[in-house]
Amino acid sequence: MKPIAKKPSPRRFHQARWDEPVIFELSQTGQRGVLLPPVEAEIEKQVGNPAQKLPEALRRKKPPALPEMSQNQVLRHYVRVSQETLGVDLNIDIGQGTCTMKYNPKINDQLASTPKLTELHPLQDEVTVQGILEIIYRLEGMLKEISGMDRVSLQPGAGSAAIYTNICMIRAYHASRGDAQQRDEVITTIFSHPSNAAAAKVAGYKVITLYPDPDGYPDLEALKAAVSDRTAALLITNPEDTGIFNPHIQEFVDVVHQAGGLCFYDQANANGILGITRAREAGFDACHFNLHKTFSTPHGCGGPGAGASCVTDALAPFLPVPTVEFDGQKYSLNYNRPQSIGKVRPFYGVTPNILRAYAWIMSLGADGLREVSEVAVLNNNYLLKKVLEIRGVSAPYAKGKHRIEQVRYSWEKLTAETGIHSEEMAVRIADFGMHFWTSHHPFVVPEPMTLEPTEAYSKADLDEYVAVLRQMAEEAYTNPEIIKTAPHNSTVHHTHHDPFDDPDEWAVTWRAYLRKTGQTKRE
Amino acid sequence: MAGKKLGLIVNPIAGIGGRVGLKGSDGLEIQQQARALGAVPLAQERTAAALEVLHSFTGELELVTAPGEMGELVAQKCGFSPQPISGPQRDGGLTTADDTQLAAQAMQEAKVDLILFAGGDGTACDIYQAIGSNFPVLGIPAGVKIYSAVFGITPKDSGELALAFLQGKGVRIHEAEVLDLNEDAYRDGQISTHLCGSLTIPYRRRRVQNQKVPTPASEVVQAQAIATDVVERMTPNQAYILGPGTTTRAIAEHLDLPKTLVGVDIITRDKLLVSDVGEQQILEMLSHRPLKLIVTPTGGQGFLFGRGNQQISPRVIRLVGRENILVVCLASKIAALRGRPLLVDTSDPKVDKLLTGYVEVVTGYREKIIYKIAY
Repeated sequence: MKPIAKKPSPRRFHQARWDEPVIFELSQTGQRGVLLPPVEAEIEKQVGNPAQKLPEALRRKKPPALPEMSQNQVLRHYVRVSQETLGVDLNIDIGQGTCTMKYNPKINDQLASTPKLTELHPLQDEVTVQGILEIIYRLEGMLKEISGMDRVSLQPGAGSAAIYTNICMIRAYHASRGDAQQRDEVITTIFSHPSNAAAAKVAGYKVITLYPDPDGYPDLEALKAAVSDRTAALLITNPEDTGIFNPHIQEFVDVVHQAGGLCFYDQANANGILGITRAREAGFDACHFNLHKTFSTPHGCGGPGAGASCVTDALAPFLPVPTVEFDGQKYSLNYNRPQSIGKVRPFYGVTPNILRAYAWIMSLGADGLREVSEVAVLNNNYLLKKVLEIRGVSAPYAKGKHRIEQVRYSWEKLTAETGIHSEEMAVRIADFGMHFWTSHHPFVVPEPMTLEPTEAYSKADLDEYVAVLRQMAEEAYTNPEIIKTAPHNSTVHHTHHDPFDDPDEWAVTWRAYLRKTGQTKRE
Repeated sequence: MAGKKLGLIVNPIAGIGGRVGLKGSDGLEIQQQARALGAVPLAQERTAAALEVLHSFTGELELVTAPGEMGELVAQKCGFSPQPISGPQRDGGLTTADDTQLAAQAMQEAKVDLILFAGGDGTACDIYQAIGSNFPVLGIPAGVKIYSAVFGITPKDSGELALAFLQGKGVRIHEAEVLDLNEDAYRDGQISTHLCGSLTIPYRRRRVQNQKVPTPASEVVQAQAIATDVVERMTPNQAYILGPGTTTRAIAEHLDLPKTLVGVDIITRDKLLVSDVGEQQILEMLSHRPLKLIVTPTGGQGFLFGRGNQQISPRVIRLVGRENILVVCLASKIAALRGRPLLVDTSDPKVDKLLTGYVEVVTGYREKIIYKIAY
């Protein structure tokens, strides 16, 4: 018998390409996934037509225009579509920097799919759901310890929803002091999580953004110029998207506090600082976590996300209701909180993810959490060293210094020398079954690429990813055409982004698509 | 592609000063000096790199060029059978700005679909002066100074964009600012750009693969957002001096008022008070009513005062007062500064000093940044 031949490096990859239509196009009138038996005469006699018992206003005039398909067609459709994606379960997913794409242990999915959880009803009497209430309460306690904050709410359904929850509490705080009208500005930085600015705007605030100083740190002097008696809060991320930790964070907090504003620490991604530094010690009034980043639950697009809002005692009266309380014997839901901002989503939070995050933390313990961050930082700095050996890449700002958990690199030199842009590299990398993300807009770092290896990947994984980047850089210098014409082995195709300002040229529902392409008229 | 007409104008001496360190190629004397230093103009090879992309369409694409070195020769070399427009042929590097302007006008009359021109900021200014802002053109970067946003990033980019535009592949057009830089000042180590006009260019948003972040709003939409914010701040009967630029013009457009692109105008929320004013007119108006001032920095260098808006003199600035100056700017222009401060050079050091420090810059609707001004 011959030994198995060694595989080439980088590995060859070819993705499925199915030309799969949109599911609505697969619909054929009369096809069914399930044929229901006719209602038995006796039942009909007893119950009548239940639909007729619905209030008139709730009754559809005509059935919804759902696709009509058989079961196997549906299955085939979604398996095909799934073969045309990349993701954390398939590839070395270190290219989606800032998103903390770590391994989501499958055992936690199994725990979350237990009927003990899935068969719970949110309106059950709290005496009958002591188990899940205990888990919510205990996870809150863990996040209190990790952040140093006094109270936690797990109600927000996603990270940005948690930021929004916090900004609502900040407004309620100012309102309780008669300041809400006057304090209508929120300050953030250009390298902070963009959801800080976005959530503040959704809540009706004006947003002031600070740009970095020449070393890439948020500019303290600019902050001093920005604060005033109109400042409601500072919403800031640290380390920022560049992976640079702001060593003057305490001074930032002090400047804002002196102006009467509150300080919110965005910890959507806290993967580099677990057990090392806390929002409390830097003087923050509030922070939040994305359970689907640091705490290993699936990301929003792969399942529901989950967020945690964490606050000091000063903000605790404004927490969403209900809060989960424990009197030493039993857990209960407390709606009697007169200063509460109310509800930010139905019921109590995304309980399957609360359970996953709880299980993940329990499996690691306090020392394990710190080790997560230490390994994530070590991985990142190993990757930094290897990536900087590649022709045409640089890591703007903080030259020669280590980064925390991620780095925003720049292909600027490669672009100048070869004409190949970062976004073209990002398309080409799909040919290797990998992915990288450029950056939020505007591109403050030119020709950006943001990588975050997390703790989940081995040295061999990182080396494999770097080998692909190196090969692509080599191609840019020697055979740029292969990059210009990419992708070759992937299903990803080029999309035109030019008409995005023109609603006549895009649709977010099938119904709107039919209308905008003249196939139906507006109803 | 069949039936499409592409115009081509090459400024054959563009870029000649660059490699020998002369920082530009304006004027015959500099060009001769550059040749004496052994300089070779780059325009022909850069044009060839752009035309290379169109190579497979030599048969169907009608190429209208300026004569000789101004396009005809390089087009032939790339396999096209160009139709040169009539006109004087001055080879040997003796072409002038007039030749560029005449060629552009001829192509506009010949109704080409797009004029591709190889040159730098000076060439772009010449084209603007010849045919104005409303005819589609695109620059192949070949000059020493490229501050205007009317060029492809590389010659190849220009070729690809031109091709996609001619093929009608979802490429849009938009208006982009043409800047020029004072070469004499540049040689003395000063960077001094001013707004010369604007051109209509095809553009394509850079591909963004990632789905997490929406593609940013186009510059037109950004400018509209800024205008909406500014108009919300404007008070009735207050008069505002509007500096030059497309971003400030968007404010006037939001109010349905006319605005000169490179001039300074004075408006209220309801009407245009006076258009294209000089310093004296502003001072005269300031003598009987208070004015506020809305300005946007020049692209590239980020000059707030002293480049292309000298009408807003040190005296005007003093009388208006720093607290009554509102700065507006597209976020993408700020990002392009790469952390460099906004600059002022009013020719009065005391006023320059008064202006330095941090300033609020409106970058969107209810969005602003705090940015540094230096001199």
